[in-house]
Amino acid sequence: MDLHELTIHQAEALLKKREISSKELVKALLERIDTFDDTIGAYLTIDEKGALKQAEDADKRLADLTPDAYAADDAPPLLGIPIALKDLLCTKGLKTTCASKILENFVPQYDSFAVSKLKKAGAVILGKTNMDEFAMGSSTENSGFKLTRNPWNPDHIPGGSSGGSAASIAACMATGSLGSDTGGSIRQPASHCGVVGLKPTYGRVSRFGLVSYASSLDQIGPITRDVKDAALMMNVISGHDEMDSTSADIDVPDFTSGLSMFEKNGLKGMKAGIPKEFLSVKGLDPDVEKAFMNSKKILENLGVEIIEVSLPHTEYTIAAYYVIAPSEASSNLARFDGVKYGFRDKTCDNLIDMYKKTKSKGFGNEVQRRIIIGTYALSAGYYDAYYGRASKVRSLIMDDFKNAFKQCDIIISPVAPTPAFKIGEHIDDPLTMYLSDIFTLSANMAGIPGISIPCGLSSKGLPIGLQMMADRFDELSLIRAGYGFEQNVNLSMRFPDLKNLG
Amino acid sequence: MRFEPVIGLEVHAQLKTKTKIFCSCSTKFGAPPNKNTCPVCTGMPGVLPVLNKQAVSFAIRCALATNCAIAHESRFDRKNYFYPDLPKGYQISQYAMPIAEHGHLDIESENGNRTTIGITRIHMEEDAGKLIHDAARSKTMVDLNRTGVPLVEIVSEPDIRSPKEAGAYLRKLHSIVQYIDVCDGNMEEGSFRCDANISLRPVGEKKFGTRTELKNLNSFRHVEKALQYEIERQAYILEDGKKIVQETRLWDPAKSRTISMRSKEEAHDYRYFPEPDLVPLIVDDQWIAKEKENLPELPEKRKARFIADYKIPSYDAEVLTSTRELADYFETASKNIKNKKQVSHWVMGPVLGLLKAKSTDIKNSPVSPEMLAELITLIENRTITAGAAKTVFEEMISSDKNPVTIVKEKGLEQVKDNTELENIINQVIEANPNELEAYKKGKTKLFSFFMGQIMKKTRGKADPAAVTELLKTKL
Repeated sequence: MDLHELTIHQAEALLKKREISSKELVKALLERIDTFDDTIGAYLTIDEKGALKQAEDADKRLADLTPDAYAADDAPPLLGIPIALKDLLCTKGLKTTCASKILENFVPQYDSFAVSKLKKAGAVILGKTNMDEFAMGSSTENSGFKLTRNPWNPDHIPGGSSGGSAASIAACMATGSLGSDTGGSIRQPASHCGVVGLKPTYGRVSRFGLVSYASSLDQIGPITRDVKDAALMMNVISGHDEMDSTSADIDVPDFTSGLSMFEKNGLKGMKAGIPKEFLSVKGLDPDVEKAFMNSKKILENLGVEIIEVSLPHTEYTIAAYYVIAPSEASSNLARFDGVKYGFRDKTCDNLIDMYKKTKSKGFGNEVQRRIIIGTYALSAGYYDAYYGRASKVRSLIMDDFKNAFKQCDIIISPVAPTPAFKIGEHIDDPLTMYLSDIFTLSANMAGIPGISIPCGLSSKGLPIGLQMMADRFDELSLIRAGYGFEQNVNLSMRFPDLKNLG
Repeated sequence: MRFEPVIGLEVHAQLKTKTKIFCSCSTKFGAPPNKNTCPVCTGMPGVLPVLNKQAVSFAIRCALATNCAIAHESRFDRKNYFYPDLPKGYQISQYAMPIAEHGHLDIESENGNRTTIGITRIHMEEDAGKLIHDAARSKTMVDLNRTGVPLVEIVSEPDIRSPKEAGAYLRKLHSIVQYIDVCDGNMEEGSFRCDANISLRPVGEKKFGTRTELKNLNSFRHVEKALQYEIERQAYILEDGKKIVQETRLWDPAKSRTISMRSKEEAHDYRYFPEPDLVPLIVDDQWIAKEKENLPELPEKRKARFIADYKIPSYDAEVLTSTRELADYFETASKNIKNKKQVSHWVMGPVLGLLKAKSTDIKNSPVSPEMLAELITLIENRTITAGAAKTVFEEMISSDKNPVTIVKEKGLEQVKDNTELENIINQVIEANPNELEAYKKGKTKLFSFFMGQIMKKTRGKADPAAVTELLKTKL
């Protein structure tokens, strides 16, 4: 097997046995990036020097580790594993742009909580991945810098907003990656790129150092080649953080125990709900529907009882989301004003002019659109009708899930109504883009965890994902069911064929 | 037509926590620009606020001291507006659900009547930074040291009816926040700031008139002067049959007038919404009880106790309890003194006079309360006379010596021995035969001449009462 194709757990085993070195692994990935990333465009920043240095350090630590330490599992869990980070995560000393011109040269003085956890676990940071500007989008076309192409078909989008992270995993240009998910930004690109994406429960992973898009919805999570890798990364990044008041002070389980639960008990006794409201969604692609029905059968064959559940407020989800998220965004993005750091327009002659020109030139169209929507929704006289009502809808959605999870352990659905669309296909049609978030938004609104697992390929050879959602802080059910599903789904191809690229 | 002013005050009091409200930067005043800053208070990308518990404790104390009901659950909101001294583009404040509401303060108005001023609410918020306009370089600089310093805003009901009442309310509040040790009250450094809302209405009318908001009121005197000016300004407009424009006006202390700053139309739309980076603030009964224990005796109670226990006049008690430090000073000094009025006389007279002359405050008084007590004890046990005490007090300031030493060194003990006194009196009478004759012929006014001569000779050491008695028999 080629080094660049290794999963985290495969690489970890080889590193521990000293059959490979971290430096070899990093070099193989850098070579891969060198060959293919001009076409794919997954990365905004590649920290070649830093990565090699970190790999050397990791190799030294690996060499110093006694066999006893390995046996006792005392080794830092991700020692020497190369990771790609969405460029929304602050990295000390390494440019963090949020794919926005307004932060083009911004270098943070601090690591985000998740990144410092990764570093402590021994991970090697390869670089920063492309995304929709400030995580606003579902195609990575809203990046202020460049396009990212879908490794399965470069004419198509990789999904978004964590498109670069998903593409880096699919194109084997990183061993593991982190993304962030505000309305599906981990799960949807994972689905479009044929990899695994896990959005944890809101509060499971500290948001400190994640540049905020919509604070009450944002959550950091792994995008990996398989479920086991996702569990391994979750073990590292989860936990309470005093620097994030919204991070939950709650015990963190060993997420890999979800795997052993499957190994031991299979999925017998588990119940999976299918929301009837999801079945009537318009515009569901026949290939997606077919893959979903097939997934349902696989789960049934594993002994999962499939039941129908109801999420009665589904039809209001998109509307409420597109009030709450832009409202919070309009406030979160106020700080990018040209005063303290980042881009400032120099052609202005007074303060208001500076604000206007800086923001108009620094932000892309979609970001400006959402700032305008959010500013309007929060305006005096409109608050009750928009933000107030949307918040009420949100409570109702939470109740819907609470009730549904009284009847089942997980809820299953497609991740997106269609496979990845073509680049440029919907760029002038934001509404269609917004509507394509229908299956993923509700998990953010309810604060529950969700996972996307590859479940098939479309007739045109594009990946399709299956979404599983569970109750708050029950990621273990997702990992158990996801792992079981992954072991039993027969995919004709695991990796895209990049032969003709590069 | 006669008008009645309707006044409400908004006070911002800086809480004297060691660190800022949402990060661990120092709150110390006077540091070099942007020294007390970090990624959180400068609004760097991705950072998050964490609420300072001490600030909440202080806000609870404020609420208790102003008779407010404390909310078991309150919330922070974002107040959105753009200004370079506001690095996040929003101020974290409490809007919809403040920590405390429905309080009141009793004040004494001009005619001595007690009036109750309602307190609408107390909420917590973070302070903004400061802009420094550099004329030499025609640039504006931003100093974010103050950004994130914790504040409480204390909003009164429109219950105030005169500038004097406004002043009384403010002084009372100012004294309270210092008493409960949550604010240093320093108005020059902006630790205690006030905005005023004022409108007029015809006497007898129930409905409020259109109000203006006054800003830049940097002292109690300016608050009173600005309100007085605004009453007259509004009255002229109303008498002319014109309408008051709802607006914010700035007080110009140099010209003693208010000037228009921005109209209602130009007012910001702050787009308040719940701060999603913070969880609701839960204050349980236990926390409130703990802060209640931390609460010292408030000025009103202390004043009443001074009058009752120390038998000092109401006026003295009012002055002595005006600050916690002064009241503490008085109580320390008078601990072992029987006649408390004697102490209040010395504190309010020589001590306060000295502080004024040296432009310092009671905390830094050159004469400690213990030293003062020693001095007053010397008077009480008739070691020295009141006259000699003044000399000793002067000497205490300049020499740093204690009163007993000074009395000894300068030989200021009161002359208690009557034979010694008699000798001196005899000497004085003998030295002034002409005056003696005139006195005997009925010029009794000369008694004080003899007194003066004797006191001069004893250098104030003689007890005047004893001298008077002896002199009468001799003459």
